[in-house]
Amino acid sequence: MQRHDQGTYEYLRHHKRFPHLWCAGCGIGIVMGSIVRSVQNLELNQDDVAIISGIGCTGRMPVYMDFNTMHTTHGRALAFATGLKLARPEMEIIVVMGDGDALAIGGNHFIHAARRNIDLTAVIVNNNIYGMTGGQSSPTTPLDARSATAPYGHIEPPFPITDLAMAAGAPFVARSTVYHVTELDKLMEQAVRKKGFAVLEAVSYCHTTFGRANDLKSPVAMMRLLKDKSIPLQAAARLEEGPDPDQIVRGVFRDDDRPEYTELYDKVIEKAHGTLPPRKRKVRRGWV
Amino acid sequence: MNEQRGLLTGEHFMLGDHAAAEGALLAGCRFFAGYPITPATEIAERMSVRLPQVGGVYIQMEDELASMNAILGASWAGIKSMTATSGPGFSLMMENLGLGIMLETPCVLINVQRGGPSTGLPTLVGQQDMMQARWGSHGDYEIIALAPTSPQELFDLTIRAFNLAEKFRTPVLVMGDAEVGHMTEKVVIPSPDEVEIVHRPEVRKGDVEPDLFRVFRDGTGGNGYVSPMVAVGQGYRIHVTGLTHDERGYPGMNARTQDWNVHRLINKIRAHRDEIIQTEEQDLEDAEVVVVSYGISARTSLWPIELARREGIKVGYLRLITVWPFPDERIRELAKGIRAFVVPELNMGQIIREVERCAAGQALVLGANRPGGDILEPEQVLNVIRQAAGRPVEAVGSRSHEPVETLEE
Repeated sequence: MQRHDQGTYEYLRHHKRFPHLWCAGCGIGIVMGSIVRSVQNLELNQDDVAIISGIGCTGRMPVYMDFNTMHTTHGRALAFATGLKLARPEMEIIVVMGDGDALAIGGNHFIHAARRNIDLTAVIVNNNIYGMTGGQSSPTTPLDARSATAPYGHIEPPFPITDLAMAAGAPFVARSTVYHVTELDKLMEQAVRKKGFAVLEAVSYCHTTFGRANDLKSPVAMMRLLKDKSIPLQAAARLEEGPDPDQIVRGVFRDDDRPEYTELYDKVIEKAHGTLPPRKRKVRRGWV
Repeated sequence: MNEQRGLLTGEHFMLGDHAAAEGALLAGCRFFAGYPITPATEIAERMSVRLPQVGGVYIQMEDELASMNAILGASWAGIKSMTATSGPGFSLMMENLGLGIMLETPCVLINVQRGGPSTGLPTLVGQQDMMQARWGSHGDYEIIALAPTSPQELFDLTIRAFNLAEKFRTPVLVMGDAEVGHMTEKVVIPSPDEVEIVHRPEVRKGDVEPDLFRVFRDGTGGNGYVSPMVAVGQGYRIHVTGLTHDERGYPGMNARTQDWNVHRLINKIRAHRDEIIQTEEQDLEDAEVVVVSYGISARTSLWPIELARREGIKVGYLRLITVWPFPDERIRELAKGIRAFVVPELNMGQIIREVERCAAGQALVLGANRPGGDILEPEQVLNVIRQAAGRPVEAVGSRSHEPVETLEE
């Protein structure tokens, strides 16, 4: 088995930004490692990769990574990335968001980015809670779970992220967990490589807030839950009754092709030029 | 049509909103993100036609929050970018106008103002966002806002807005209104080589040792105002954040970094007020009353000023082409020698507060106000000028403030 840790080191801002601010045992670092390994395995140039984030614990991820990194406002990372991608279609842009960031305050941007099918990789680190602000309910907090703002149990159903992404039109939709690192790496690579809007839900946890409120105080207990409660897509498909609602189904839910936005816009430019030869990409890149 | 670059030149009979779009194109804008809203939609429509013709990109976003963010993203890709909106959209853009200020991102935001609050009067004029333009996003910052008074000025000031945005690495506001935006008038478009176009100071691949580059430090290859921008993909692998940050762009959650960061944002504008502030002045030398106005209200003040002069009142005229930063010194200076200021505006008293602040009791300050829906009537402004000059006020059919039961729409 190939080991990557020494190589990974080079992709982080070790001498500048560490130690990181996440709690010991947090799963976000595993997702960050997975992103770095995917960039490494795909042999992408660091200068050509941009990591864009919104706000929250996951929002802090880019500052530790040695790429072009931009920490924008709460929920707006996809909108910012859309502008960046249209202006520089050759960049590899990975947008990292938490569940609250992507689906509550940024929910509208999320479904529209999926509908447009713009070539971005959207990684949603789903820890089922607002971690940074101290454990309030999020759009993926499970029914009946307790949180800082649902002390009597949560009465709202959670968003099924992969269903939402597929309904909105994302051509690549996958899910894994921070326990299944090898699988997460594989799906991350697929998502980054995908031409089009690729959604990867990385199921994580927050032992500090969600765990404390729900009798799962240690990262080990939460990791064990990811292990025990998850089921591969193929295995789930074989179940007569289907998976339980609280089971985490892992795998690639959709991987198909449809026209990508920046490529479609190239055609708009060709049309607008009329008789002029199509030379848009050169124009756009050489604009600066 | 300039075939080579797809830019217009010469004289045109043109809608104000379209003139703004053409000004942006001439200034080098190659990215527009927006959301439909009356009375600014024609800017977006024009851009959707024109941008692909010059190799640029137009995108309609899902809302104004997204539009403002998308233009910031494009700007960090090294492309001049713009959005346009009106009151309700302007409110939504405030969040990420703040991000643009914090990231020191050049871009232009045009607000074709309509009557508010809330949905208000979508199709009718207002100038009620002038203070929101100054203070609308949270936190301490300085802003640049220009106020056009004609389609020609929507063209000219949009170019100037881009130049200021690029020079000072900051979002710049063009505060138009429904009258100017929906007015069709002669617009003269010069050829591109006759227009001064400013480009941001920029660092490219190989210019500076990446580890030594500071994206927020003066004097590392900047233009004397701000540090240079670097587009993503140029090998510098910068970090930018809406958090309080140091000169490398890294967050610093402490009072010292906050002090440095906020002073930097404020001082880069304050130190260059003289260069940014533009006014148009007439007959101020011996004036007893000075009319201070901007945008469409400045234009509609010209006739009552003429009428007042015929009555023998010495009226001066000061038009704020730049509204923010406010010309404090000029108003302070004038206040010493005149009897009164008159401030006509299509709101219930916004810029008048600035005039009062600068006059500091040395001259009387009177407003001529109406909350939009229509331009100011000459009689109303004339009467306030008379009052300011200490002359008797003639009774004119004053507008009823009785509740209106049925709107005559």
